[in-house]
Amino acid sequence: MSNEKLLSLNLKIWRQTGNKEKGEMVDYRLEGVSTEASFLEMLDQLNEELVEKGQDPVAFDHDCREGICGMCSLMINGQAHGPEKETTTCQLHMRKFNDGDTIVIEPWRAKAFPVIKDLMVDRTALDDIIAAGGYVNVNTGNAQDANAILVGKENADLAMDAAACIGCAACVASCKNASAMLFASAKISQLALLPQGQVEREQRVINMVEKMDELGFGNCTNEAECEASCPKGIDISNIARMNREYLKAIVKTKN
Amino acid sequence: MSNIKLDSKVPEGKLSEKWDNHKFKMKLVNPANKRKFKVIIVGTGLAGGSAAATLAELGYNVESFCIQDSPRRAHSIAAQGGVNAAKNYPNDGDSIWRLFYDTVKGGDYRSREANVYRLAQVANNIIDQCAAQGVPFAREYGGTLANRSFGGAQVSRTFYARGQTGQQLLLGAYSSMMKEVNKGKINVHTRKEMVELVVVEGKTRGIITRDIVTGEFEKHAADAVLLCTGGYGNVYFLSTNAMTSNGSAAWKAYKKGACFANPCFTQIHPTCIPVHGENQSKLTLMSESLRNDGRVWVPKKQGDTRKPSEIPEEERDYYLERKYPSFGNLVPRDVASRNAKEAVDDGRGVGSTGVAVYLDFRDAIKRDGEQAIRERYGNLFQMYERITDEDPYVVPMRIYPAVHYTMGGLWVDYNLQTTVPGCFALGEANFSDHGANRLGASALMQGLADGYFVIPYTLGNYFASEGLMTDKVADDHPEFEKALTESKERFNKLLNINGSRTVDSFHKELGKIMWEYVGMSRNEAGLKTAIEKIAKLRSEFWKDVKVLGSEVGVNVELEKANRVADFLELGELMARDALERRESCGGHFREESQTEENEAKRDDENFCHAAAWEYTGDNQVPNLHKEELKYENVELTQRSYK
Repeated sequence: MSNEKLLSLNLKIWRQTGNKEKGEMVDYRLEGVSTEASFLEMLDQLNEELVEKGQDPVAFDHDCREGICGMCSLMINGQAHGPEKETTTCQLHMRKFNDGDTIVIEPWRAKAFPVIKDLMVDRTALDDIIAAGGYVNVNTGNAQDANAILVGKENADLAMDAAACIGCAACVASCKNASAMLFASAKISQLALLPQGQVEREQRVINMVEKMDELGFGNCTNEAECEASCPKGIDISNIARMNREYLKAIVKTKN
Repeated sequence: MSNIKLDSKVPEGKLSEKWDNHKFKMKLVNPANKRKFKVIIVGTGLAGGSAAATLAELGYNVESFCIQDSPRRAHSIAAQGGVNAAKNYPNDGDSIWRLFYDTVKGGDYRSREANVYRLAQVANNIIDQCAAQGVPFAREYGGTLANRSFGGAQVSRTFYARGQTGQQLLLGAYSSMMKEVNKGKINVHTRKEMVELVVVEGKTRGIITRDIVTGEFEKHAADAVLLCTGGYGNVYFLSTNAMTSNGSAAWKAYKKGACFANPCFTQIHPTCIPVHGENQSKLTLMSESLRNDGRVWVPKKQGDTRKPSEIPEEERDYYLERKYPSFGNLVPRDVASRNAKEAVDDGRGVGSTGVAVYLDFRDAIKRDGEQAIRERYGNLFQMYERITDEDPYVVPMRIYPAVHYTMGGLWVDYNLQTTVPGCFALGEANFSDHGANRLGASALMQGLADGYFVIPYTLGNYFASEGLMTDKVADDHPEFEKALTESKERFNKLLNINGSRTVDSFHKELGKIMWEYVGMSRNEAGLKTAIEKIAKLRSEFWKDVKVLGSEVGVNVELEKANRVADFLELGELMARDALERRESCGGHFREESQTEENEAKRDDENFCHAAAWEYTGDNQVPNLHKEELKYENVELTQRSYK
């Protein structure tokens, strides 16, 4: 707190008025940015200045600002969520930058994520993948006593590791194939590791994988950029598990 | 004068039998007829998500709305600690009755007894339901569910999924929703904001929405509207709420005749990361589980600027341990918050701003070892370090209270219906279950109870009793047209002011007024000042706010302006309610009403009621209705944590 410094920054930000319009990089100079501020507070400051000057503020997605809702995005100097490991953009702080730095800010880019405006993109495709099977088919009602379903601690912990995905899509944005495999495999792993929902295990993985392909996401070629960019540290071994699940399911259902 | 009569519709009979009796007496909708009803659900948090999934499973057609880009983003996701239930798995003496009793007492006897009992009753079903959905709750080595004690509870009744319980419960509700989306029973409308409630001849018939991407206004008709839109903590500008959390949907309902109850009941959470500067956009909460091991202190001397490590033991004031020897650092949230403010007001605050107190783990690390502390709080310590650049294993944390939750909200009866028929409010958006103070791990419980286990019964009863099978109103009704035109006019008005001040500058100024006069400690003169200042600020807003751009396409400033305009009215109602309630209770501390030891002093004689405010027109004083709270099963006592 006492170490607060003020930075002057050169920002290069992707501006695009709408999905059909052509976008371009625009330069901004921003002075007096506190090192205590978060990255999004820096953008707030820019927007306040733009509004004061009568210019259109930069549109970007954000909501909880505590790294859990998955709404914020941004490619910062070519890295999804910026340079700090396992950190969402909203939790990235300006003390990680130096006075005089140039920062390039772009939206997620993937075929399945059309740009809405500036840095906002449409990630509805992720909901479509979940709707294809990312759940246990159980209606609300008289579920059995929770302790009647025993889950070994090891599997419970692995399932929780996978379930920590916040659905931000940094994995898709970082992948040269724009693959959503880390995202889908996290949900498939969570449910494959638990006793609940086993009866639909095969159908689930087949439906979700087919939906990914249909929506225009690419395939996995083992670059592991997804894992490196994931703000929640979702492990790439989930993709291996998903592939095993898929193969088993295909063999079983085709016979 | 109005003809509103508050009827809580609490069923007759023994407390423990009320809900079962009521379920039996309520009318049902035939399974084949359910598909003839449409339900609008605004918000997709724990309350909205669970209601949408469950109602769709029953066969109703659900239209679900959220302002984010996906239903999975609602702010319930940020809840850390856990969810309570009276399973008594640890065999430590818990029961439905004890959970009920603790919740009523924790709420400082300002909640409705029958509602709280029902909440405690269905809490166990919530755990079963979520486990069945595959929510990865923490487990013991034997595979059973793990529990912990939370927020000073004397039993271990809190279920959790690491420090991300809200996220996991929300994703459970969201995945159940997606299951119904796949079946075509739920239509999800993302990035759409409700801007008006449509009421035709006394019944709620739909809403008007504005598409955040295109700017288009749309009419949506239905047989009922469920507002699951969360709390209004962002009226303070800085809070732990998400950036888009707002009070506008509830406010529209208020203006259409839904009473707003106990607006002044806000919860200020004691363990948040302090404010760093003017450009700060939000505050971050650190789970209150930290108080299990951290010791709260400030220097004894005023204006002591030494580093914490240089302040010797005898010059530290562990004020919570000193004043409350039996509860110590685990006193309820409101008590911990007020005492932090007192220390800061006394000139003994710490850090460069002087607006913080220490939460020190030195002794816990000495006692249990750094590894044990790391296992318990590792992720929280990491989050703290990321935000403040200080290592809490070495330097004590600096914390300060921040607005976190609003117990007040739309007045609802036992069926969760507001005073406008067909308009229901669930979760934090309603007022009933937490009284004047909410206990830890009870918000998740209430949101899911309302959505999974209460509204599925009471909504059917509304449809069946009101003859809505045949009585339908389509969106071409003149009331829809009128509401649509009025909404468009409001947004156009905001765009055409062309003033000189940004929306945020107004919001920040409102926040400062609220924090200073309607914050942790309130008094008559301050509240009167607040009412005056807010009215003045509001009139300036409508003359001088600067909203650029047009109504077409994404216009974030316009969205914010619309919400801030409502906060400028809601803030005044909060001050008015706080002024009217001349007692201290729970999170509401009136300086005029305290014990000799400066503790909150209730006035059960005059204020054992829910204050429900009825809108009477813009810039008019609203009507106050009182719902007397009858306690037939618990004895009212003065809380003491000494």
